[in-house]
Amino acid sequence: MNEKQKQNLIRIVITSVIMIALNFIEADGMFRFTLYIIPYFIIGHDILIKAVKGIRNRQPFDENLLMAIATLGAIALALYRSGDYVEAIAVMLFYQIGEWFQSYAVGKSRKDIADLMDIAPDYANMENEDGQLEQVDPDDVEIGSVIVVKPGERVPIDGIVLEGHSTLNTAALTGESLPRDVEPGNEIISGSINLNGLLKVRTTKEFGESTASKILELIEDAGSRKSKSEEFITKFARVYTPIVVWAAIALAVIPPVVLTVMDSEPMWGEWLYRALTFLIISCPCALVISIPLSFFAGLGAASRHGILVKGSNYMETLSETKTVVFDKTGTLTKGTFSVVAIHPEKLDENQLLHLAAHVERYSSHPIALSLLEAYPNEHDDCHIENTEEIAGRGIKAIINGDTVCVGNARMMEDLGINWKPCEHSGTIVHVAINGEYEGHIVVADTPKPHSKAAIKALKAQGIRETIMLTGDAKAVADVVAAELGLDQVRSDLLPQDKVSEVEKLLAGKRSEDEALAFVGDGINDAPVLSRADIGIAMGAMGSDAAIEAADVVLMDDDPFKIATAIRVSRKCLRIVKENIWFAIGIKVLVLVAGALGFASMWAAIFADVGVAVLAILNAMRCMYIKAQQPETVS
Amino acid sequence: MKKTYKIDVDCANCAAKMEDAANKVNGVKAASVNFMALKMKVEFEDGVEPNEVMKNVLADCRKVEPDCEIFFE
Repeated sequence: MNEKQKQNLIRIVITSVIMIALNFIEADGMFRFTLYIIPYFIIGHDILIKAVKGIRNRQPFDENLLMAIATLGAIALALYRSGDYVEAIAVMLFYQIGEWFQSYAVGKSRKDIADLMDIAPDYANMENEDGQLEQVDPDDVEIGSVIVVKPGERVPIDGIVLEGHSTLNTAALTGESLPRDVEPGNEIISGSINLNGLLKVRTTKEFGESTASKILELIEDAGSRKSKSEEFITKFARVYTPIVVWAAIALAVIPPVVLTVMDSEPMWGEWLYRALTFLIISCPCALVISIPLSFFAGLGAASRHGILVKGSNYMETLSETKTVVFDKTGTLTKGTFSVVAIHPEKLDENQLLHLAAHVERYSSHPIALSLLEAYPNEHDDCHIENTEEIAGRGIKAIINGDTVCVGNARMMEDLGINWKPCEHSGTIVHVAINGEYEGHIVVADTPKPHSKAAIKALKAQGIRETIMLTGDAKAVADVVAAELGLDQVRSDLLPQDKVSEVEKLLAGKRSEDEALAFVGDGINDAPVLSRADIGIAMGAMGSDAAIEAADVVLMDDDPFKIATAIRVSRKCLRIVKENIWFAIGIKVLVLVAGALGFASMWAAIFADVGVAVLAILNAMRCMYIKAQQPETVS
Repeated sequence: MKKTYKIDVDCANCAAKMEDAANKVNGVKAASVNFMALKMKVEFEDGVEPNEVMKNVLADCRKVEPDCEIFFE
């Protein structure tokens, strides 16, 4: 609680005590009025002052002014008619309780989410000339500096470990609770907690460009990308108050005038009372606060699960997802291949592997890595030059004067070489030397442990279609798709084909309200990520292009997080819709009842304050949305 | 030029009013208020002095919400 909240709470308590005490005191006339006006001023003086300022600044629809008119009007009516001042004071009292609660709840969830996101340390340890550790502002640490991270501290800046062994807790970043071992040569990302050993780290980024700072920036910016619901509420709020206020004025004047014309009793007091109930309900607070709060809490819950949603608008689109398109390699499968078979024509197996490994020396493609892994001491005295990568085909290089081509069937066809098919399922890497076919190597990729559970969970959530796009051959792709239970596969795609496939799928959507999500690992698929309704990049920490292009960033590479992300977005949106219908519904109901004379000021207070409190409590549920566990999906 | 300022305001409706007011100030190209993060993002017109503009933004915001605060300088 801050100072202002404490003061207001004291005022609320004092006023409540006085009101209860006044219940037991018999008083009449002006004495009664004086007794009751004291708690009114205690609880309402700041509203009255703000109301005067509102008049001075020509803000006719200022909520303080409306509240002041409503309560002063009720007091005037009481003085003139019944002597029942309780209603007016209760309106003010409950209004203040509602305001206090709002401010407390918002402050609390703001703090909870800030704690959740407290991942960027505000200092870095550096050694000075005397070998002593010194705390410096991380902003001043240049790239390539050496920083020291002590046990228990958070890593402030991304870097590479120079000295020391330790385990890191990356839960705040990835949602993954299993600690990770690091040793010299490993890359570590800022925001993770060093659990036990002292680490010396050479920084590879500036503080502002480091993972932790980037994540914080993403989360803070997320609120400014507004969803359709929030835009609707803003528009609604803008017209709601004026309409209700004009309706109140009409209600106070028209019926009595009509009644007078019709020669019956005008009942000015009664109609004025009904008009005043309108003013109490005229603030759209419940909606204006609870909708952004729901999204804010939902974004917070998602990031606790290691899912960064870049804006409330994406949260909304994510919840409307009906089709999920996956990239295969690195998304559904581990992306690490291993050699499963070698079928040479003339050479022996080792020689074939040897040549292929040489050609792939400089490539970072997963297939290249698997070949290098299968032939560990690749750096020998062979002479390799003119390495050339042909996108979607393979790699060509000159080894000891011979032109060696390593790639897929398409590459062989381009070269006019007769290649042989293979009975093995997997990716076939053909090798040709000087235009002669020399055989092939089969490498295969295995699905990630949670891929199958992820597809199942998505199906259970009502995702209509799951589609896999891949550059792999049909045979390989079909095997993986069948194993994971995907609905459709598009194989043999070049990187640019993926965009056109996604465009075809987008064109074939059944309605505008359903969304298509594309999930990729952020390598080479930035154009597809930005083309889909929702681009989800996984394990993309550190790849700026992917973070830029994606709308949702999964901090680790667990495909089950896709199901979690959609689950969180659906729950969040359901809570948002509940709040919209509930708040507008109750308000309209009480307005109608008030106009007909069935609703007292008490009902009006409930429609204003009670609804706001309930909507806020409901919104806060977004913060505690739990993820399903992959093991429980059956 | 874009700048982000910390703000202080009590209610979400008031934050929305501040956003409207800030957008009408001369020298402001676009302003958005994030009530949950208590931040105001202002994009300025070319060639204006942000602090001068922010003085006017604060003055106009005070007119719609006397209690608000914007931390600049």
